[in-house]
Amino acid sequence: MKNNWPLWEVFVRSKNGLEHRHFGSIHAADEEMALENARDVYTRRNEGVSIWVVESKHITASNPENNGELFEPAQDKVYRHPTFYTLPDEVKHM
Amino acid sequence: MKNENKIQYIYGIADNALILGQRLSELCGHGPNLETDIAMTNMALDLLGQTRSYYQYVAQLSGDGKTEDDIAFLRIERQYKNVLLVEQPNKHFGYVITRQFFYDVFHLLLLEELQNSNDETVAAIAKKGIKEVSYHQRFSSDWMKRLGDGTEESHQKVQEAVDDLWRYTDELFHMTDDDKIAVENGIGVNVATLREKYEQRIKEVFEEATLTIPETKWFQKGGKQGIHSEHMGYLLSDLQYMQRTYPNMKW
Repeated sequence: MKNNWPLWEVFVRSKNGLEHRHFGSIHAADEEMALENARDVYTRRNEGVSIWVVESKHITASNPENNGELFEPAQDKVYRHPTFYTLPDEVKHM
Repeated sequence: MKNENKIQYIYGIADNALILGQRLSELCGHGPNLETDIAMTNMALDLLGQTRSYYQYVAQLSGDGKTEDDIAFLRIERQYKNVLLVEQPNKHFGYVITRQFFYDVFHLLLLEELQNSNDETVAAIAKKGIKEVSYHQRFSSDWMKRLGDGTEESHQKVQEAVDDLWRYTDELFHMTDDDKIAVENGIGVNVATLREKYEQRIKEVFEEATLTIPETKWFQKGGKQGIHSEHMGYLLSDLQYMQRTYPNMKW
């Protein structure tokens, strides 16, 4: 069978309290099938308590070619990390 | 109630799960695509897990040293009490889904009653199976709608499967002597009373799926008495091959 079903991205929340993570992708013809396929492919080993699926075409992704302008400027801004600052001894429980 | 009657009653439920599970597992690696392949194998494993619980209980009841493997692999054809529906071959995907749907709807109604059995072990196995079988029914119902209300070709193929397989559904509601004894003792379910709900559920899905129940005049039966269709022997030779060729072989 030729599989011309659209691609879907699958997000699974592993445990209560943790966020959904990207688990992978599946093919499905409709939303219901996408959920069922995601359940069968990605939660067989007791991985999940919640599933989100979204058709891949609805995701807008950054272009790797733009990585320079998008991400490199942040590389030398070490002061944006809290560890950059030394705390005086008087400040406790931070 | 004699143990032998109880054992036969349990075979009448467990053998359906074993044989349907075997049919589904034949599709492992042969599903129409990766996702559906895994879904069907999952269902096969659910059914096999249920079968094991029933057979372990039978082994305990019979107390003759037989194990669940002996029960699954070393009986002869006449000793299997599954309905004819579940042994029907995987002719095409429409058949696989229709067979599954016809059995799932029955299976869920059965387990919902069986969880009230006064045999604690049987009740516990039934209760545990309900969640699994609810998902099976959801999966097969969705696919019936998708195929029935899909393309012209998918509609025609699934209707063909419905027309062929509907004649095996009547047997689901037949009461064997062991069924009657089990009901009298508060252990079993009177399956004849499930028919109305069964047909109601089928009709609901068929309406959305734009499928029709054929006007079948003659229904097939026999599996519950151990009289099977010609497909059963081939299925069993696959299922039993390893144990027959290498007796007492273990994983």
